Amino acid sequence: MSEHVVQSPLPGIFYTKPSPDQPPFVEVGSVVTADTTVGLVEVMKQFAEVKAGVNGTVTEIHAENESIIGPGDGILTVEKG
Amino acid sequence: MRKLLVANRGEIAVRVIRAARELGIGTVAVYSEADQDALHVKLADERVLIGPPAASRSYLNMDVIVTAAVDLGADAVHPGYGFLSERAEFAEKVTAARLAFVGPSAETIRLMGDKARARSAAEAAGVPTVPGSTGPVDGLAEALAEAEQAGYPVAVKAAAGGGGRGIRVVADAAELTEALPVARAEAQAAFGSGLVYIERFVPNARHIEVQVFGDGQNFVHLGERECSMQRRRQKVIEEAGAPGLPEHVRTAMTEAAVALAKVSGYSGAGTVEFLYDSARGEFYFIEMNTRIQVEHAVTEMVTGRDLVREQLTVASGAPLSFAQSDVEFRGHAIEIRLNAESPDFGFMPSPGVITSMRMPGGPFVRIDSGFGPGSEVSPFYDSLLAKIVVWADSRAAAVARMARALDEVEVEGVATTASFLRRVIGVAEFREGLYHTTFLEDWIAGGAGK
Repeated sequence: MSEHVVQSPLPGIFYTKPSPDQPPFVEVGSVVTADTTVGLVEVMKQFAEVKAGVNGTVTEIHAENESIIGPGDGILTVEKG
Repeated sequence: MRKLLVANRGEIAVRVIRAARELGIGTVAVYSEADQDALHVKLADERVLIGPPAASRSYLNMDVIVTAAVDLGADAVHPGYGFLSERAEFAEKVTAARLAFVGPSAETIRLMGDKARARSAAEAAGVPTVPGSTGPVDGLAEALAEAEQAGYPVAVKAAAGGGGRGIRVVADAAELTEALPVARAEAQAAFGSGLVYIERFVPNARHIEVQVFGDGQNFVHLGERECSMQRRRQKVIEEAGAPGLPEHVRTAMTEAAVALAKVSGYSGAGTVEFLYDSARGEFYFIEMNTRIQVEHAVTEMVTGRDLVREQLTVASGAPLSFAQSDVEFRGHAIEIRLNAESPDFGFMPSPGVITSMRMPGGPFVRIDSGFGPGSEVSPFYDSLLAKIVVWADSRAAAVARMARALDEVEVEGVATTASFLRRVIGVAEFREGLYHTTFLEDWIAGGAGK
């Protein structure tokens, strides 16, 4: 078992959910695959999906909804497995 | 009008500030924490911080902006384009604070902002509309019946959508059945309303729009613009006028646009967008934008009229400064939108600090930009770096001038679309003026964009 911190690929505004009135993409305890979308980064009015990148379980969420993030900032931690 | 608050940023804020200054009107810039050193902030007489970088908390914050205008003694507000420019509620708040809103009435903004109601208004003015449902469709049965009547392929459109967003094209009844609930859910999520309507989809359509102006009593047009060169339904290149448009179509289209301005008692600058079916030689109303457009500069170049100055004088209560018979067209103008995006990497946005920026010069070349060397292109707003606009006495000369202008562009620090645009300018379909709204995406998909 090892941990993987999903990082933002871009600078911008981070969203934990697809739209304000919808539930978040993932929560602590969510089981994800490498291809699971875990959030969105809005950069210059375009939305980039952030993928988990590994299979496992979300153990911690670092980035808040609508927070400003930079490239390489940690979004959440996935315990691989 | 003595003092104008400009409720926008970037090149359009700079454009408005320049027009105001030429009229002797004082200017107030608003800015977010990300824009402290922006050009529009430097050029204005006064400036006021309105919030953090996210647009939802600064440039879209109506109450903060109206309060700032009142506190600083402004007597008018110019919304620019995008942001709050087509929000009827903002126009209402500005007017309620006893300030002049530079644009049409809230009522007109609301009418034209609702695609289904706008379409009804167009029909009432005798303006041709795309065959399809006259209003939102209720259930699948009604959608299928409307689609059958209009003829496939059809587009499913969000009633509250705009700017090419919230549109799905389906080829037959089976696809429509599958797409309808998805389109509804998307419309609800994106625009806060799940209402959709059905329209015939025209393959190889051209997007041609007409610039109109009104003062509530008099209504004129300033010719058409060709805006078919689009990527992801965003305009990339615009021209005044439209290449190869038959004269009788141009006449009918501009007259239709004026008729729509007239029925709505229009005041200020507006644009009536049409879809042109060149195979049938027919045009259909798409929507009316109740604001100044990004591409207004090409119209200014061929008419010699300052549209933003006219917006300000009309908003001050003056009548239109010219009649239809005064509007003359000379030569041809082309605009390209230089974006901070990387064409080699799927047009990925490229925020960063501009370390050097050389824009083209020479005769009949106009640059509208909110940036310069040392400016930061922030990730929070759109990627428009500069508009390059050229004029020449013929279209062929304008194309050659734009190619030359693009060759002079040199920007370091952020990626730009200059090299991509230069290739598009050189393509036979562009040079000959034979392109439609899906041309560019097909060309990129075919690998020719690289």
